[in-house]
Amino acid sequence: MQRLDAGLRHRVRFLLNGRAVEGDAEPRMLASDFLRQVLGATGTHVGCEHGVCGACTIRIDGKAQRTCLTFAVQLDDCRLETIEGLTDDKGDLNDLQTAFRRLHALQCGFCTPGILMSLDQLLEEEPEADEVRIRDVLSGHICRCTGYQGMVDATLEVMAARRNAAGGEE
Amino acid sequence: MEAPWLGKSLERVEDLSLLRGQGQFADDLATPPGTCHAAFLRSPLAHAKIRSVNIHQALSMAGVVAVITGADILAHSKPFITGVKVEAPHYALATDRVRYVGEPVAIVIAANRYLAEDALDAIEVEYAALEALVDPAEAAADTATKLHPSTDGNVLHERSFRYGNPEDAFTKAAHVVETSVHYPRNSCTPMECYVVVARHNAGEDLFEVTANFQGPYTLHTIMARSLKVPGNRLRLKTPPDSGGSFGVKQGIFPYVVALGVAARVAGCPVKWVEDRLEHLSAATSATNRLTTLKGAFDENGRLLALDYDQLEDCGAYLRAPEPATIYRMHGNMTGAYDIQDLAIRNRVVVTNKTPTGLMRGFGGPQIYFPLERLMDLAAKKLAIDPLELRRRNLVPTEAMPYTTASGALLDSGDYTRSLDRAVEEGGLSELIARRDAARTQGRLYGIGYAAVVEPSISNMGYITTLLTPEQREKAGPKNGALATATVSFDPSGSITVNTSSVPQGQGHRTVLSQVVADALGVHPSTIVVSSDHDTNKDPWSIASGNYASRFAGAVTGAAHKAAMKLRERLTRIAAADLNIPVEEVEFGGGKVYARGNPDNALPIARPAAKAHWSPLSVPDEAGVGLRETAIWTMPELTEPDEADRINSSGSYGFIFDICGVEIDPDTFAVRIDKYVTMHDAGRLLNPMLADGQIRGGFSNALGAALYEELAYAADGSFLSGTFVDYLPPTAVEVPDLVILHDQSPSPFTPLGSKGLGEGNCMSTPVCIANAVADAVDRDITTLPLTRSRLAGLVMATEAEDARSVPVAPAPPPGEGHALRGEGSTMVPASPADVWAVILDEEKLASVIPGCHELQNLGDNAYRADVTLGIGPVKGRFRAEVVLLDLDEPRSLRLVGGASGPLGISQGEGHVTLVETPEGTRVDYHYAVRISGKVAAVGSRLIDGAARTLINSFFKHLVSQTTNQATGQTETAPAQGLFARILAFFGITS
Repeated sequence: MQRLDAGLRHRVRFLLNGRAVEGDAEPRMLASDFLRQVLGATGTHVGCEHGVCGACTIRIDGKAQRTCLTFAVQLDDCRLETIEGLTDDKGDLNDLQTAFRRLHALQCGFCTPGILMSLDQLLEEEPEADEVRIRDVLSGHICRCTGYQGMVDATLEVMAARRNAAGGEE
Repeated sequence: MEAPWLGKSLERVEDLSLLRGQGQFADDLATPPGTCHAAFLRSPLAHAKIRSVNIHQALSMAGVVAVITGADILAHSKPFITGVKVEAPHYALATDRVRYVGEPVAIVIAANRYLAEDALDAIEVEYAALEALVDPAEAAADTATKLHPSTDGNVLHERSFRYGNPEDAFTKAAHVVETSVHYPRNSCTPMECYVVVARHNAGEDLFEVTANFQGPYTLHTIMARSLKVPGNRLRLKTPPDSGGSFGVKQGIFPYVVALGVAARVAGCPVKWVEDRLEHLSAATSATNRLTTLKGAFDENGRLLALDYDQLEDCGAYLRAPEPATIYRMHGNMTGAYDIQDLAIRNRVVVTNKTPTGLMRGFGGPQIYFPLERLMDLAAKKLAIDPLELRRRNLVPTEAMPYTTASGALLDSGDYTRSLDRAVEEGGLSELIARRDAARTQGRLYGIGYAAVVEPSISNMGYITTLLTPEQREKAGPKNGALATATVSFDPSGSITVNTSSVPQGQGHRTVLSQVVADALGVHPSTIVVSSDHDTNKDPWSIASGNYASRFAGAVTGAAHKAAMKLRERLTRIAAADLNIPVEEVEFGGGKVYARGNPDNALPIARPAAKAHWSPLSVPDEAGVGLRETAIWTMPELTEPDEADRINSSGSYGFIFDICGVEIDPDTFAVRIDKYVTMHDAGRLLNPMLADGQIRGGFSNALGAALYEELAYAADGSFLSGTFVDYLPPTAVEVPDLVILHDQSPSPFTPLGSKGLGEGNCMSTPVCIANAVADAVDRDITTLPLTRSRLAGLVMATEAEDARSVPVAPAPPPGEGHALRGEGSTMVPASPADVWAVILDEEKLASVIPGCHELQNLGDNAYRADVTLGIGPVKGRFRAEVVLLDLDEPRSLRLVGGASGPLGISQGEGHVTLVETPEGTRVDYHYAVRISGKVAAVGSRLIDGAARTLINSFFKHLVSQTTNQATGQTETAPAQGLFARILAFFGITS
């Protein structure tokens, strides 16, 4: 493993929502700060900086992770998905985003990007998840506005719709 | 979906950008080139004099532009004004004393936040600790240490009120029921913390500040005055999006002043983003309140009179608008009940805790907790069903609008019908059957109720109730609740709307588009509503902002009024163009048309554009241009009268809640089995958003009831600095709700609507408490009902009569992070050899890890500068230890501690050497107190870690002594005395 000099900036390169990006970061710079301040990708929000609230969650190589507990230099060579890349190919809201809107699963919207990224992974990896499991995943996030019910309902609805669509294709 | 739009669950326009990550929150906005970043140095102590602040080294550090201290604040700002005239000056930074943990002491301005935080560690502050006052009752005592030396005592305000003839009612009462409760400190902690970007234009002495402030804009006047400029030279902008507030972002205003001064001194724009530890420890809090409430009942359970004795704890300073919390509910202190005899005594005390402020439900949970507990206690005493007791006392429907004893004008509602609907549609009988079944199985199941009047649209004059009529006469009247809105057609005929409502996620843009769409007959999606605000460009007034649930009733009313003014003008223009009388002009489907002949129609954009393009062709009476600003207030919102009656709010909703809980008999975890909440908030503007507000308020209230407390140790140390210590409920804890609505339109608001977002913060904490009390058959006198608190309550009194032992009203003082321990170790060496090691200064210096400097201060006193880390957090500490009571070679006492950016410890240890045949037995015992950041963020870990370290300290001392005595070289990297003293607070190198 490369040893990084604390006083120097290091080049960091990765794929952000399918696009190659790069920038310089000191070893101590947080991934969340790098995304927001260096790359201007402000869709990812910072809510606690100690890994509890989940607002800063993105997908790093497919896994939902806290960017406030990740250093920017750890992102080198990774594949990142953030809220900015969640819309469909035409740039429209995807099914989960649409369900969030229809079921009023967000109010101030500050925690929403992180929650969508965690649920994005859940939908992909556990398409049969039940309400208990969905609440379990959501418990890695804090939302102060909504009481979570809309998120639970939206996720269940999208799971059912995706199952139906898959069934219809077969 | 089609018109009318009001009353429909329109999807939110806000979501289109928020769901894409394209929200424009304060920290997302571009900053001016050359913007530097601020970091705050904060007090680790609850109460201390500041002896000195040395910024010399910090100023020389990389990237540092300026360091702002109390001296700068004294030079460039004035203390904040508050509603109570007392000599307790509050500045944006501490000047001579610190009065709560987290109080700002200095600000570093540097090229980026990382460098600014580096430099914080280099600022040296010398404190002289003073006695900390945490308990409001102790602080209120005549003999208590004064927080503010120029005051007469810590009670900064006291007034008593009397309405009707309460003494007579209590004399005649068949039953007097009494309860004493303590409502704790908590906060709705928005997920986005405070953000301020400030610049100072020195040439014009103009401050330009962007902050995620929420109002009330009374505070704009206070900020400008503190910055020593007229209002027009504090240009305050709020961003389009704000990540929640719930009242909390009112408390940002001292930081606007702090950063304004910083920008002025540093000579560059400065930006500050509050972190979560700063937020939890120092942003704001709900007031904690001690209340004794007495109720006089007749033999039929009619509640004749109430007598409140309230002691309000506002923290270290009365920060505006405090002491508003205790007066916010003044008109509705009788709740949902018909009571004309009322006595109130209000006292407001300062303590060494964070200043308090606006919080969702503002003042509501503090009164409804005792009032609705009292109803349950009375029901028990009078042997009347608690539901029936409430029903008997509700304000009768035919009395509406009803004037309460203390002056509120309850505008509309049918409380009995709403209660009955909640019982029926909420399925109470099934819930009772479930409780009975559970109880026959020996399970702990309870049902609770709460009836609440939810005020909205605060009267700007309510706070002046704290003044005597004579003082009010002198000060001049304060009243009303101005709301502003602007609606305009641009030259292309499209509509924009702008208000001074400063939303934080409530969906104001969507609702305003519905309001204006209905008034002008267009589709809401064609309207653009902007949510950002600029005090130098947009209309606003003193009551502007997003608080007191004023949007639904007041702001929508102003927007409706502005749109209707435009409609009237457009009618005249269109009548001429359509060649019909004005009475026949209709609006709809984006068109203006002739009634009875829809084919005679024009797109609304045509007459609208004409007002811009061809003003000479517009009928005179319609006027040119098409922009209307409406300012609305209510005639009913008068100032307090000479008898201190105050209509503290513009409208009053009603809530009736029913809750079923089950408590785990082993863990005492509370599970909400069912929660029914019935609301009558007048006409619903967007039912989906209304339910969203109810769910959100419920979620905050569930936290307040069961999990959340901003906790302090007896020495004023703050103990809840992370989201693992302060516990907002997650999706696992928050249940689904049964939400029911009645709609009794308010006769006083333009659209008949009332606020409804705060009510559950008033009703839910006590409803859950009542259910838990029912389940465990114990009195509940404080919150939150954590598992440990419930376990203590149930198990402590298991063998006794439950009702005879209530929970202590105040939180148990506790020792916070006072660690104690003792031990004993054998050393195969003589006491003289052991003694020699303890006093060997050179040896200590060489083995202290991270030691920069060791000074012998003489008289067995030592000082060491060391750099140590706790996990990933690294900090510099100065340790000072004195060896006292030296009785060579038998015993000594160590007194001292360590201080640094991560915290402060103070401790004492006793060491006794006893000669034995095998060598020496070293006996020791110690007590250490820890405060500051380490206590706030590490309280869960610290006890165990510190105990291990302290025990190992003595063991290592032993091994070192053994080496010395036997002449061996050290085998392991030994830890020195100071290192282990540092280890007293759990810090390892």
